[in-house]
Amino acid sequence: MNGAHDMGGMHGFGPVEDEPVVPVFHGDWEKKAFALTLACGGLGQWSIDEARYARERQPPAQYLDNTYYEQWLHGVEAMLVEKGLITAGELESGKAAGPGRVPALPADRVFKALQQGSPYIREVENAPLFALGDRVRVKNFHPTGHTRAPRYVRGHVGTIVLYHGAHVFADTSATGDHKTAHHLYNVAFEADELWGPDSQGGAVHADLWEPYLVPA
Amino acid sequence: MSGHDHDHHHHDHAHGHGHDHEHPRLSDLQLRVKALESLLVEKGLVDPAALDVFVDTYETKVGPRNGAAVVAKAWTDPAFKKQLLEDPSTTIKSFGFEGRQGEHMVVVENTETVHNLVVCTLCSCYPWPVLGLPPVWYKSAPYRSRAVSDPRGVLADFGTRLPDDVEIRVWDSTAEMRYLVLPARPTGTEGLSEADLADIVTRNSMIGVETVQYPPRREAAQ
Repeated sequence: MNGAHDMGGMHGFGPVEDEPVVPVFHGDWEKKAFALTLACGGLGQWSIDEARYARERQPPAQYLDNTYYEQWLHGVEAMLVEKGLITAGELESGKAAGPGRVPALPADRVFKALQQGSPYIREVENAPLFALGDRVRVKNFHPTGHTRAPRYVRGHVGTIVLYHGAHVFADTSATGDHKTAHHLYNVAFEADELWGPDSQGGAVHADLWEPYLVPA
Repeated sequence: MSGHDHDHHHHDHAHGHGHDHEHPRLSDLQLRVKALESLLVEKGLVDPAALDVFVDTYETKVGPRNGAAVVAKAWTDPAFKKQLLEDPSTTIKSFGFEGRQGEHMVVVENTETVHNLVVCTLCSCYPWPVLGLPPVWYKSAPYRSRAVSDPRGVLADFGTRLPDDVEIRVWDSTAEMRYLVLPARPTGTEGLSEADLADIVTRNSMIGVETVQYPPRREAAQ
């Protein structure tokens, strides 16, 4: 979707402000928002792509006004309700109407869960369509669902520089299909291709799945 | 820490500036998170002890010192460096740095002619096992918007100026591949041990917004 999250190339946000001394969390509520999100993710009821899509679907003004962990808090609340783990009424009242339908991730399994992560590489039957060095164009498409093809690369031509194997496809994973996988490539775009002849930038590399690409 | 919440809250705002509405909003957020936690614990969906383990892991165990150890080894052991660049996921795993948000790694090397910079324009993808959780600026709109279109401007925000003939490559983390920059080893460090080298590697240099300085410009992060 063409949401406020898709920020590459936008203007007007001002300079980047470094923070020389970096606390991992700014306050207890951030710790809780972070840990609740990971604990609920550990219930195994949704993919990271579904969680990202939940954050992206906020109204643009709200997304831009939120602090970072407010995005996470919104995302985990939305996923819990959408997946039927809690009801909107329970979220509103803060009181449980009944027990949860799946068991919690116990503390003694957290380390193992983090260590395993969620590998996205898969075997697929079809051979990759593109080879290193091939010139490809990103399709001009504007899906209302989740996609990981940023707006700033759509319609532009780049070169395949890395092949990562087949990975779970984010666009379908965000709909609850956690199986579909496609070949994933790193595509390099020259700065003037993306930003015009006056660009002072550098080449931009993006990881793009095969369905986003056509031969150039 | 909780007593200082409102003093720090503005640092984490997407705009990087304070707003009048923040204080009431902060107390709303504290209540909202607390209510969600107690609901989920009551329903048996969350083990409260697990929450502490998640926080403790990324506050005290997993952070940029992991990545610095990998970088220092690559600077002192050419065979290791070759392996790191060719098979990064397996090589990094040999340190015990693996798992969530580092399942599929790519290491990109900075040289005299090439400078790499990592961003996630769409959200906040970052190689957790080697760098920990991302700093606020990495997740902020100013960085996510400009790193791809104006990388030299972003580097200047960090006081980093590169010669005009250095090629800049920006890596936008749009899938589940995670990128670690292998910074260039600064001159004058020939006599340093691997452990001393790790001490001068900053988190920002492994994202690519700084070069590694020797003597260090400031203490390496955490």
